[in-house]
Amino acid sequence: MGVDTELRERMEVIAARFPQRLSAIIPLLYLVQQQYGYVTKEGMELAAEILGTTPAYVDSVASFYTMLYRQPVGRYVLQVCRTLPCALMGAEEMVTCVQQKLGIQPGETTPDQLFTLETVECLAACHVAPLMMVNDVYKVRLDQAKLNDIIDECKHGTTPHSDEIY
Amino acid sequence: MEQLRILTKSIDQPESWTLKTASAQSGYEAASKALKEYQADEIIELVKKSGLRGRGGAGFPTGMKWSFVPKNLPKPTYLVCNADESEPGTFKDRLLIERTPHQIIAGMIIASHALRVRTAFIYIRGEMILGARRLREAIDEAYAAGCLGKNLLGSGMDLDILPFVGAGAYICGEETALLESLEGKRGQPRLKPPFPATVGLYGCPTVINNVETLCNLPHIVGNGAEWYASMGTEKSPGPRLFSVSGHVKRRGVYELPMGVPLRELIFEHAGGIRDGHCFKAVIPGGSSVPVLGEQHLDVGMDFESLQQAGSLLGSAGVIVMDETTCMVSAALNLLHFYWHESCGKCTPCREGTGWFVKTLHRIEDGHGRLEDLDLLLDVSDNIKGKTFCPFGDAAVTPVESMLKLFRDDFEQHIVKRRCVAAA
Repeated sequence: MGVDTELRERMEVIAARFPQRLSAIIPLLYLVQQQYGYVTKEGMELAAEILGTTPAYVDSVASFYTMLYRQPVGRYVLQVCRTLPCALMGAEEMVTCVQQKLGIQPGETTPDQLFTLETVECLAACHVAPLMMVNDVYKVRLDQAKLNDIIDECKHGTTPHSDEIY
Repeated sequence: MEQLRILTKSIDQPESWTLKTASAQSGYEAASKALKEYQADEIIELVKKSGLRGRGGAGFPTGMKWSFVPKNLPKPTYLVCNADESEPGTFKDRLLIERTPHQIIAGMIIASHALRVRTAFIYIRGEMILGARRLREAIDEAYAAGCLGKNLLGSGMDLDILPFVGAGAYICGEETALLESLEGKRGQPRLKPPFPATVGLYGCPTVINNVETLCNLPHIVGNGAEWYASMGTEKSPGPRLFSVSGHVKRRGVYELPMGVPLRELIFEHAGGIRDGHCFKAVIPGGSSVPVLGEQHLDVGMDFESLQQAGSLLGSAGVIVMDETTCMVSAALNLLHFYWHESCGKCTPCREGTGWFVKTLHRIEDGHGRLEDLDLLLDVSDNIKGKTFCPFGDAAVTPVESMLKLFRDDFEQHIVKRRCVAAA
């Protein structure tokens, strides 16, 4: 079975779960992102077809949400929280440290497509600040040594384990 | 005061998120009692009598919110659990979602019984990966055990709960923006009225309740309204989860009766200011409420007392700052947040937050002018009360309150062209 046929079937199942199919737009775009690493033009066209709307409408919704990537990102997306409770605990130095280690600014991806750095707003775990997400994983109570270890681990191709938040 | 163990009763137990633990802690017993011993309207009366007020931020009485839902319409009524916790400094819903998802489901069953809901949603913040997984697993467990679905708990009632994962937008915590998002649109707030209680999801009556609010329900049903109202203050009853962050020794979530003095929360429960430093300021209810200073430390952490002191209880996210904190950089940090998160629908908010950031940046960088302080207040006047949703009023709050209480920090930055706080 082709990738698209399988994706289409999974989209159908999700769209049918909601009282109105358009509600499935975010879940469908997550599926596309899982499959292709970001929300591709083709993925948005497919979602539009399943939901009975236009690709332009799907794009207008996708562009509203920060977790939906409309262009390719690195294999590891580092999202460092920058909001006040983290800033009080040294978030700015953590961002600088990652910038220096990877040679990229927030919003950029390394030339080898391994890392994307982003600063993000409050991640709702302020008691373990400073913290960041590495893809789906939380790394908390960061300091420079820990950041270095995490980045080295990623470079060796292993995804770090999630820290306990509670 | 001693810490309470009501909503947080089972959180330290191994695998507290499983049905096995939840049953032992009577998670569904109260739900079963509600279904068997109370008519729908009696639940609403019980919740009204308990005095429960919403834990998301606004503090609206829950029973009253429920009573606005019209009855006997040919349309369905929907319940949405707001699990989109995003208010800076707030991390108590995450604790409940990750450690006690069954408590949330039990609360939703009770609310659904009261409101005659047959389909409910949980809108969970996209970044809460573990929480979403635990909620999904808990929902599956609940279906398998007959706590959800058709004829749940042998009551004759049917209820389906659909988890929905958001995709990164602070504004989707606002009720009507959440509904737009759930309908498959950009998460932009609606003009009210009509309120969601009459025209909500898919144009149907809808109640949106915060995670912590719903978690109170099994305890109110299980122990009675009088028991509940005996905690806290007369107008702000019950237990409250306080998230304490920033420059304290023990950051974390503390369950205490409403009205606990702010000083006790910071200096006893959270262990006081980190070593070698002293208290400067505190934001007591999440980033959207006015900052307080040393002179306010004896205020009670309840809706009325904080309002009298010039702030608000909001989401009870307590951000503590010591003497190294410069209020210019704190204001800039928070305004960057509001600028980034403004949904862009209303011009005053979309443009005004940008002006705030530019002007605060100029002051922070040592190029500020004294007239910039008037400019900040002018921008503030042009946002306040001129937007669809409360976001605009929230965005002006750090600027106005920090300027009012810590004007010296701003003036020093302008006159001396450098920061004197973080020396």
